Amino acid sequence: MSILINKNTKVITQGITGATGLFHAQGARDYGTLMAGGVTPGKGGTVIDGFPVFDTVHEAVAKTGATASVIYVPPPFAADSIMEAVDSGIELVCCITEGIPVLDMVKVKQYMKGKKTRLVGPNCPGVITPGECKIGIMPGYIHKPGRVGVVSRSGTLTYEAVWQLTCLGLGQSTCVGIGGDPVNGTNHLDVLRLFEADPDTDAVIMIGEIGGTSEEEGARFVKEHMTKPVAAYIAGVTAPPGKRMGHAGAIISGGKGTAAEKVAVLRECGISVADSPAEMAQALLRIYKP
Amino acid sequence: MNIHEYQAKAILREFGVPVPDGHVCYNSAGAREWAKRLGEGPWVVKAQIHAGGRGKGGGVKLARTADEVRLISREMLGMTLRTHQTGPEGKLVTRVLVENGCNIGSELYVSLVVDRGTSKVTVMASTEGGMDIEEVAAKTPEKIFTETIDPLVGLTPFQCRKIAFSLGLGGKLVNKAVTVLRGLYKTFISCDCSMLEINPLVITAEENLICLDAKFGFDDNAVFRHPKLSDMRDYDEEDANEIEASQHDLSYISLTGNIGCLVNGAGLAMATMDIVKHYGGDPANFLDVGGGATIERVTEAFKIILSDKNVKGILVNIFGGIMKCDIIATGVVEAAKQVSLNVPLVVRLEGTNVARGKEILSESGLDIVAADGMADAAQKIVQAVKGAN
Repeated sequence: MSILINKNTKVITQGITGATGLFHAQGARDYGTLMAGGVTPGKGGTVIDGFPVFDTVHEAVAKTGATASVIYVPPPFAADSIMEAVDSGIELVCCITEGIPVLDMVKVKQYMKGKKTRLVGPNCPGVITPGECKIGIMPGYIHKPGRVGVVSRSGTLTYEAVWQLTCLGLGQSTCVGIGGDPVNGTNHLDVLRLFEADPDTDAVIMIGEIGGTSEEEGARFVKEHMTKPVAAYIAGVTAPPGKRMGHAGAIISGGKGTAAEKVAVLRECGISVADSPAEMAQALLRIYKP
Repeated sequence: MNIHEYQAKAILREFGVPVPDGHVCYNSAGAREWAKRLGEGPWVVKAQIHAGGRGKGGGVKLARTADEVRLISREMLGMTLRTHQTGPEGKLVTRVLVENGCNIGSELYVSLVVDRGTSKVTVMASTEGGMDIEEVAAKTPEKIFTETIDPLVGLTPFQCRKIAFSLGLGGKLVNKAVTVLRGLYKTFISCDCSMLEINPLVITAEENLICLDAKFGFDDNAVFRHPKLSDMRDYDEEDANEIEASQHDLSYISLTGNIGCLVNGAGLAMATMDIVKHYGGDPANFLDVGGGATIERVTEAFKIILSDKNVKGILVNIFGGIMKCDIIATGVVEAAKQVSLNVPLVVRLEGTNVARGKEILSESGLDIVAADGMADAAQKIVQAVKGAN
């Protein structure tokens, strides 16, 4: 088993006729994911590289039975695409798009209240259950099926952690990129809760960065409710305050959200924190015997 | 993106938020003329730079006569203003704001921000106007009042009244506060702000409310839908390298160290800076080349890093997902040739097409140190830079 997605997950791609959408839909299909088709308004009824294209998410879901959607729609239109997916009642939406205006996401979050859809992202690499299902832009081959869960705000830093695990022979149950934006769908805490409940996840690596309090909230859950070992790394020890470090959410404002502050809270909650990004897997092995 | 105070006040005026009458001036004669046109004085002359703390540095002065406006402006224009936010190098003043003074009764604080915890816009208000709000939050948190705004309804009059009463306002000031707060919220939403701070919001002797200073933060992701705002950008106030980088879709922040970093992905870029520091080095910059970088962008990134004269060595750290290692390698080789690289270069490649990438580097005949893993890469560049000194 795994969390969020598995070998039976059927996926549609919103923005499938764009270069990025099509490229990654093909990549996911090559990985073995059940890619059922896509949505591009106005191009319904056509077929692109074997993928049926629909005008609306509703239609795509009805005709393919998809339970997950992945969004590659450009930033000015992406918030609307998320809401369209939510309106269709689909279980999971992964929004890969980077650069969505924050106030658009504020509306999306309010819109989603009381609806059953889970949103992962935006501005994230996606979700992968190695060997079963890949939704997003991560390179599939660095992963290996196994029992360590990974949750992270950053894309390439997640690859780094996954690669360290794979090189040590430790496979992953599911890897979730929650994204680097200040307002997003799923946070560290949500994913940790899912990993705790998943019988096929034995341990977790949580990767965070400066800004916000998602890591601290996750850590408190670890302390109070989690039985599984958790290791972590927080990026941005050297980041200056007031500067946006690439991600819209990675900014130290008003002296809050510094790496030092986060590391202190995480340690206090019994999490094994890596001093260096090269030691994320080792930090896990200090408290977890596979 | 940041804007000047006079631009901020012009935006507020447009949304019906009360601000003092004033005008931006680029020379002292013009300042004198504008003072006379604005009223009978006294006036306030304010240096326009993108930094706070101007008053203490001599960048805000009161003038009793129009001639005094001219004299003060002459002193300010061309001066280098140093405040706690400009750093020791200070900032050159090229324009001043001349505005009518007002009779300050008392000072309040108001700001709006996107609160990550609630994923909503929040109003923050305090009776401690004119003070640094972080200090107020630390020392007297009970003096800060907040209201969370439902994005589908907006800031309601009752919420505004709640804030007004919390601030101890009464009589006609309550409804005036409702108008100001709703105007600020409208401004915030219409301009896609990430932050809007009025400090101080003044209660005048005549029982009016007026915004004496205004600071905007805009959401960079939303600038595309506000062409008028991007016209307000003052390139002189920004780091030249950061401007150059943004024109090539590179995310670059200059820092004070001597090891240039070129990385793909924001998280990995931060982590790379951290590991350089961990092994005793000092990063010169944050640079994320992004996921879809081309050979040209990598070359530009190299040029930007090398234009920083402090750089004594470069660390390239790439974990190729979408980004292919052979593209990066070709870019590195191209760039090294174009810029006649004369500092140590350590390259760590991992991910898609890594074998081909490494081949390209070793076949190039350039003096490139290959590294395995982040720790090895960081140690090698720190060593190389130390050896060079």
